[in-house]
Order: sequence, then C-alpha cells, then structure tokens
Amino acid sequence: MHEDHFPRYEPKTRFGRWFDDRLPATRLVYDSFVAYPVPRNLNYWYTFGAVLSVMLGVQILTGVVLAMHYVAHEAYAFESVEKIMRDINYGWLLRYLHSNGASMFFLAAYIHIFRGMYYGSYKAPREILWILGVIIFLLMMATAFMGYVLPWGQMSFWGATVITNLFTAIPLVGKTITTWLWGGFSVGGPTLNRFFSLHYLLPFMIAGVVVLHIWALHVAGQTNPTGIEVKSKQDVVPFTPHATIKDAFAIVIFMILFAWFVFYIPNFLGDADNSIKANPLQTPAHIVPEWYLLPFYAILRSIPNKLLGVCMMFGAIAVLFLLPWLDTSRIRSANYRPLYRQFFWIFIAVAIGLGYLGSQPPEGGYVIAARILTTYYFFHFLILLPLLGMFETPKPRPASIADSVLGAGGGAQPAGSAAAPETRG
Amino acid sequence: MQIAITRLAAVLLLALPLGATALGAEPEAEHASPHYPLLNPKLESWSFAGPFGKYDPQQLQRGFQVYHEVCSSCHSLGMVAFRDLASTTGPHFSVDEVKALAAEATVADASVEGGTRPGRPYDYFPPAPPFPGAHPPDLSLIAKARAVKRGFPTFVFDMFTQYQEGGPDYVHSLLTGFQDPPADMTVPDGLYYNPYFISAPYLAMPPPLSDGLVAYAQNKDESADNDVPETVDQYSTDVTAFLMWAAEPHLVERKAMGLTVMVFLVLFACLVYYTKKKVWLAVPHEA
Repeated sequence: MHEDHFPRYEPKTRFGRWFDDRLPATRLVYDSFVAYPVPRNLNYWYTFGAVLSVMLGVQILTGVVLAMHYVAHEAYAFESVEKIMRDINYGWLLRYLHSNGASMFFLAAYIHIFRGMYYGSYKAPREILWILGVIIFLLMMATAFMGYVLPWGQMSFWGATVITNLFTAIPLVGKTITTWLWGGFSVGGPTLNRFFSLHYLLPFMIAGVVVLHIWALHVAGQTNPTGIEVKSKQDVVPFTPHATIKDAFAIVIFMILFAWFVFYIPNFLGDADNSIKANPLQTPAHIVPEWYLLPFYAILRSIPNKLLGVCMMFGAIAVLFLLPWLDTSRIRSANYRPLYRQFFWIFIAVAIGLGYLGSQPPEGGYVIAARILTTYYFFHFLILLPLLGMFETPKPRPASIADSVLGAGGGAQPAGSAAAPETRG
Repeated sequence: MQIAITRLAAVLLLALPLGATALGAEPEAEHASPHYPLLNPKLESWSFAGPFGKYDPQQLQRGFQVYHEVCSSCHSLGMVAFRDLASTTGPHFSVDEVKALAAEATVADASVEGGTRPGRPYDYFPPAPPFPGAHPPDLSLIAKARAVKRGFPTFVFDMFTQYQEGGPDYVHSLLTGFQDPPADMTVPDGLYYNPYFISAPYLAMPPPLSDGLVAYAQNKDESADNDVPETVDQYSTDVTAFLMWAAEPHLVERKAMGLTVMVFLVLFACLVYYTKKKVWLAVPHEA
C-alpha cells in the first residue's frame, strides 16, 4: 500500500503469529493507523477527516438508540419525538446530540471539502479518492434530508413536499416517479415509513464508502500544504503517535463547539416551525431547508424554470465530480498559485452568500443576487479553473516537504534518496 | 494589477448579498406580502437565559396558576402530565399538591363507569373544552414554536450570546401587545389588533389578561415580602416562563450538564495539547 518508511506489523507472541497467519486483521489496522507514513507538515485543516469519522460514529450511535424509541407513523411520530425529549432518560441529550450532530457533521464536511479545494487534493493520483468523497457528500445530503422529515413537524412535512416535488419536473414520467416515491398521492404515512427505513440504511452505506475513501487515501498517500509528493523518509512521520495525537486534539476542540450547541443553543440551527406538528392543510409562510442545504436551494430557486432549476441544483454537485479534470493547473497547492488562491476565497464568499440568499424569501433583490452568485458558482468551475491553469504563473516551490519545513538545503537529504524521482506534477 | 482586479471582484461579490438585503427590505409596498410582525418582540430578562439559567419555581407556580385559570379555558397543554409539575427543576409543587391539582381535573377513561374520573398524577392535562371555529393551538411547545427572524448580523451574534429566548420574548410581547389600531387601519370584526402577532396585524384571540384578573396564591400568605404585582405584565411574564418550562422541561439539567462537559473538555483539551506538543517536539513541521 505504501512505502516502508516505518517498520510494519510484527507479531510479538506465538498466538499473534498464529492469528496473523490466518487473519491479518491486526496487521491491517497496524499498518494503516500506526506505521502509515503521513507528511510531517500537515496543518490542522487536515484533521477534519478524523473529526468526520467521529461524527459519523456519534450519529450512528445516537441514531440507533433514538430509533429504539421513535415511532415512524404519521399519527405518532411527532409525539414520539416529544416523548423522547420529555420522558426517556437523557432522551433530550440523545436527540439534541443527533440533530445538532448533523449540522456539525456538515460543518466538518464543508471544511474538509474546502481544504481539498485549497490544496488541490483532488488532482492525480487522487481523483477516485475525491470522487468517493463527493459520493459521501451526496449520501450525507440524502440522509440528512430524510432524517429531517422524521420528527414530522411542519418544516419536515413541507420540506419533504417541496423536495420530492422536484421529481415532477422530470419530463413524461415525473408525476409517476413522484407518486412512486411518496407511496401515495402526496407526502404521507407511507413516505414517512420509507424515509425512516432509508434514513437507517444510508449511514451504513456512508460508512462503506468511507472505508473505500480511506483505502484510496492510503494507496495514494495524503497531500500536504506544499502539494509536493513524499520523496523520502525525511518528509514523513508515522501516523501513530504523530497524526493520532494531533487528530485527537482537533477532535476535542471540535467537541467543545459541538457541546456549545447541544447544551446551550440546541435549537439555534433548527426551525421554530418544526415544533408544530405536520399539518397538510397549512403551508408555513417560508419553507426553508436546514442551513447546510441552503446554497443548493438558492441555486434551485434562482432559475425561473423548474426543470432547469433542478438540473442546475444537481449540476452544482455534478461539477464537483469533474473538478479533477476542470482544474488544469499542474500545481496542487494554492499556496503556490497566487491567482487561484484569491479566487478560492471569492468562491468561499460566493458559497456563503448563496447560503444566505437561500434562507431569504425568493423576491426582489434576493433573486437577482442569487442569479449572479449562481452564475459565478458555475463560472468558477467551468471557465475560471480551466483557464487559470493555463495562464497563471506559479510561485517557486520548495524541492521537498522537508525543505519547506527546514529551509532550503536544511532538509539535508540522505545520500542516495535524491535518486528517488517520485515527481508527480 | 491582476491582484487588484480579483480583490475588487471579491469585494463586489461580498457586497452583493448585503445589497440584496437592502433591496429586498426597501420597497415594502411593492411586495405581495408585507413583513410581519409589525413590531419585533421586546427583549426580556429571563431567569432561564444564559449558561447558568434556571427556572424560578415560584414564578412557574404563578405561571401555572395563570394558565390554569385563564389560558386553559381555550388552550390545551396535551404533552404535559400532572406528575411533571413536581419536577424539582421546574414548578416544584409538592406531591400532595400535584395529587390535589390532578384530582381537580376530569379525565376521560373508558375503563370506568361513566367514562370519566378525577385525574391522577400520571394523567396528562385534559384537552380544552370544544371551541367554535378554528381550534386555538395547544400550548405545550408554543414557546419553541414561534420565532421572529433575527436577521443578519444579529443571528450571528446570537450564537455567541446564547440567545435562545426568541420564543418567550415573542409570547410575552404578544400577551402585552394588544392596543388600539392606528387610525388608518380597519380591523375586521372579531379580530384584535396586535402589532407583535407573527403573521398578520390582528388575531382572533381577544386580550386574555387584565390587571387583577388572577389572585396569586403566593400573595395570600401572611408575609408581604414575597408579594408580586397582579398586573398584565407580571401575569404575562409568569405564564410565559411556565410555557417555556412546558416546552423545554429539561433545560436546567441540560445547562448544568453543559457546564460539567465544558469544564471536562477544556481540561482534557489542555492535556491532549501538551501531549501533542511533546510528541512533535523532535519534529519541526511548520514552515
């Protein structure tokens, strides 16, 4: 999988050898999370993979327990959630951990994605790694959307109505498909039931793709802020203890943020309308999704044509799949790309701006602004990135990771290692 | 030059959503739907706000009395059981008081002769009597089910100030906000003008409170030290606090546990940080 910079697993006991000959599971874990070499110059932006693994665990654990008490029935779902909040021992804690955990999960995922964009982590040979990440992102959005429907509040119901109605935009078969998705002629009991089933299924699919994601990562190795591939043992440190302890620190800090929301402002990210039981006869004044879906919602609403709007919304994610080939620059890290670096921050501002506009009513200046920002979103991927790579003059890069840390020449490479010409890009 | 252009573009793009806000908010008359409420809720100081917030049992008992004597004639409180009233971090009624309060109520029970019996602590509050027309909302979650948008940038600050009292502020403003309509407004018959109402300038609920309407049990003891005024403002504050407890009965436990968790996490973070420093001591890793 990776070069032998650090000693691999060696069973120390007779039982260890016996077991290792039959099932090298300990070996797999040791080689992946102890002896695995990571670049020595990783900063804290690289700890969000670990944070995300923990958040997935938190969501699955709290979710499994919540499912023991939840009733997926249109007449009882809302009440069963309130029962959890009021009468189940620490039910309020489980429920707030789960609902705020979803937001924290997305926050970490967005930082992780933007980190990948900044340091060009999607470039060869890591295209599959990136695509697996985008698949996880898609699965997360589906899971979160269906999870939000389960409490069966007003926003659950009407959010589900708006989003499932998007499928009616498909020509010819749209209506049929939507009826099939609903299990009826509108969002109702059957919809709730199947969403619960899928909400329980999808996280395990996410976990499966996460395994592939980490597998692909361990084949290609991690990128690092210089964007230069690992060339010698000087460039790397063993995963344990170095990355383990750094990740652990980042996780604890992230938990402080998480706890702030869970214990002090648990309803800050939620919608007050979801404290009202779903009522198919009363539409809320403004139907808004959760914050993490707002940029895509803004793109959807900025297009006057329904089918086109749906296409653009899905297109906004589809371009992410193509990102490794849209970015034509040979240089990975934005640290050495003076122009891309600025456009990256503009892109962040545009994404946040779209999120804000998604939360506002679709009228007047908001629509105009959303159209401009939507245009920019696609301009960034489809025009800017291909052209930048051709016209941008990169800044000089250090010869190796060790050089970047220790100063040019300071990273005195061991004699002979200079002959390892692992120069990719 | 290139850099200057991108900087300019960044500023313009950043200014766009804000400009849109101004545009979106300005031409009020052009909009199909004017923005409600006409007035934003007044900010009150609540005992349960902030990281160390707690309910005041005395206030919740008064609030319960207001709910019991006034609100309950139209609004139910279906998710609250009589036993909940004994909660030590909530209204903290004694067990005997809870039994007596429950017994006052008549609850439906198909297993007894006649179909009804006096309530017991495990029973839930009985539904409000039948109402002509649209049924007034159940109040179990009302303190969490109403929120007036705080807008940018206030909602960002709310994250740091832990402002979570939008619901109670709204309920209190609504209860105290009934007034004569402006001269140029005609209020339909049977509706009452209230600029704090979230979805229209008027609502179907008549002003429910008036000075002296409820004689607080607390004011009947010999001591005058704990007497509270019997005014609309006081009633409204008390009943709102009670409704907040009804909507979020574990708030006090939550915030208390939050303190423990925070202290633990901060100490643990320090330990992990110094361990990390030690591990990386021999490895220069930052440019």
